[in-house]
Amino acid sequence: MNENAIQTRNLTKYYGKTRGIEQIDLTVPRGDFFGFIGPNGAGKSTTIRTLLGLIRPTGGEAKIFGLDIINDRERILSQTGYLPSETAFYPSMRVRDVLKLSAELRGRSFRAGRHAPPGSSHSMIAQPQSSDNRRKATLPSHEHDCAETARILCERLQLDPARKADELSLGNKKKVAIVCALQHDPDLLILDEPTSGLDPLMQREFFEILRECSAGGTTIFLSSHILSEIQHNCAHAAIIRDGRIIAAGSVEDLSRTGARRISIRGQMDYSALSGVKNLRISPDGADFLYSGDMQALLAVMANGTIRDVSITEPDLEEIFLHYYTN
Amino acid sequence: MTIIKHELRQNRTAFAVWTASIAFLLIICVFLFPEMKGEMDSVGDLFSSMGSFTAAFGMDRLNFGTLIGYYSIECGNILGLGGALFASLLGISALAKEERDRTAEFLLTHPVSRKRIITEKLAAVLLQITAMNLLILILALLSIALIGEDIPSRELLLIHGSYFLLQLELACICFGISAFLRRGGAGIGMGLAAAAYFLNLVANISESARFLHWLTPFAYCEGADIIAAGKLDGGRIAVGMTLALIGIIAAYRQYTRKDIQ
Repeated sequence: MNENAIQTRNLTKYYGKTRGIEQIDLTVPRGDFFGFIGPNGAGKSTTIRTLLGLIRPTGGEAKIFGLDIINDRERILSQTGYLPSETAFYPSMRVRDVLKLSAELRGRSFRAGRHAPPGSSHSMIAQPQSSDNRRKATLPSHEHDCAETARILCERLQLDPARKADELSLGNKKKVAIVCALQHDPDLLILDEPTSGLDPLMQREFFEILRECSAGGTTIFLSSHILSEIQHNCAHAAIIRDGRIIAAGSVEDLSRTGARRISIRGQMDYSALSGVKNLRISPDGADFLYSGDMQALLAVMANGTIRDVSITEPDLEEIFLHYYTN
Repeated sequence: MTIIKHELRQNRTAFAVWTASIAFLLIICVFLFPEMKGEMDSVGDLFSSMGSFTAAFGMDRLNFGTLIGYYSIECGNILGLGGALFASLLGISALAKEERDRTAEFLLTHPVSRKRIITEKLAAVLLQITAMNLLILILALLSIALIGEDIPSRELLLIHGSYFLLQLELACICFGISAFLRRGGAGIGMGLAAAAYFLNLVANISESARFLHWLTPFAYCEGADIIAAGKLDGGRIAVGMTLALIGIIAAYRQYTRKDIQ
C-alpha cells in the first residue's frame, strides 16, 4: 500500500503564458489532516483542479494513492470526495435526486426510502444522536448503499432532501455538496474553501464530521484562507504564494518561527531595531512582530521607559502575514 | 446509462415543447390540405406568379394538388426548419452547458471517463432526435388517415427519413463545436441551422449557386427530387454523414483533453 495519499513533484500549470502553479512539491501522508493555505489567486484551486484531472498539468507529475492523476483518473476519483468552493447543481433537481445522481455516477446504489436500520450503516459517520452517544459503524465498504450515509449527513447538517437544489441558499447548497463528497465514504477528501456560506453552528458540525472521518482513516486535504480552521484541525500544512509552495510542515512547526509578537506599554526607539513588522503604535505603547536579534530588542527596551511587556508566539495568521509580506 | 437518463430527464421539457410544436403545426397543415385541394386552380396561378420564390421552395417541380406534393413543401418546411433548430440546439448545448451552468465541476469529479460522458451525451442527443421523429411520423400518418387521403408510404418515409438524417448531421456537427465552447452557444446552433436552410434556398434560385447544395443538408431533403427519383440522394447524404462523423471525432478529440474551467 502506498504510504502517501498525495504526492506531487514539480507540478506546474500554465494557462498560456499566465502562471497557475509552478513546481509544486507536496507530500500528504495517508490519514493526514492537511491544510493548504494561501490567499485568493495563489494557486490553491489550480492545484486541486489539477489533482482532480479537471485541468492538465503543463509539467511535473502527481500521484494520489500511488496512482497517476492523468492515467488513473477514474480510479482516483472513485476513492475521492471533492467539495468545491462554489457549488452549482442541475436545474429543477431535488436534493435527494442530486445525491442519487452523485451515488449512481460512482456506481453505487441509492435506495432512498429503503434505509438500512439505524446503526447498520457502513459509514464512518456517526448517527445524529447526542454527542456522547453516537453510534458509529467502523467497517467502511466501497459497496455500501449511499442512501443511509446521506440520510445521516442530511440530518446532522439539517438539510431537507425534498427541497429543490437550485432554490437553496448558498449555505444549504454547500451542505448538498458536503453530502455528495462524503456519502460514499471516500479515502481522500479534497475540500476547497469548505466553510464559505455555512453558519458557525454548521461549521462546528461540519468539522466534527471531518474529525470523525479523519479518525476513521480518511485523508483530508483542506484548502482555506481561514487560518484558524487550519490551526484548529490540521496536523500538517503547506503555504502557497504566487503559485509556489513557500513553506510546508507540521502546523506546530510552521507556527514555531523565530518571530515573536511583542506588545509594549511605554516608550522606546523603534527605529533602532531591525526585523520589526506590522508595527502599530498607540499613545500607550506599541505592538509588532519581531524577527530580529533578541539582545538588541532588550537593549533598546532598557534605554526606553517600559511599564509592561509581553512576548508571545504569533498565531498562524501572523505567520501567514509574515510569509506574505516577506 | 446514468448520464443518458440524466440528460433525457434534464431535456424532457424542451423535448416535449419542440415535439408538440412541430407536430401541431404539421397536423394543422395536413388538415388544411382538403381545402387547399379544392382551390388548386387559384393556388396554382398564385404560385406560378411568384417567380424565383417558387423555385426556392421547389414548388416549380411539384404538383401542389397532390397530398405528397403539398406535404413535401408545407410540412417539409415545418419539419425541416423546426427539426433542424431543435437538433442544432441539442447538439450545441450537450457538452458546453456543463461549463456554462458550472455543473462541469460536479460531473467531472465523479469517476466517469470523459469518453463515457461524450458517448452517453451523444447517445442522449441521438435518442431524442429519433424519438421526436418517430412521434412526428406517427402523428403525420394518423392525421393523413383522418382527412381520408391515401397514405403515400414510400415517399412519406423517404421525406421523413431525409429530415431525420439532416437533424443527425446538424446535431453531430454542433456536438463537435460544443466541445470547444465554454459558454453555451445557442446562437451558433440556431445560426448554423438557419444558414443551412437559407443556403438551400439560394442554391435553388440561382444556377450559379447550385454547388451550395453540397454544403447544406437541406439539399438532400428536397421533396421534388425525392419524389421524382423515388429514393434519397446517396452522394449528398454521404457528404453530410462524413461531416457528422467529423463533428463526433472532433468532440472526442477536444473534450478528452480540454481544461475544464
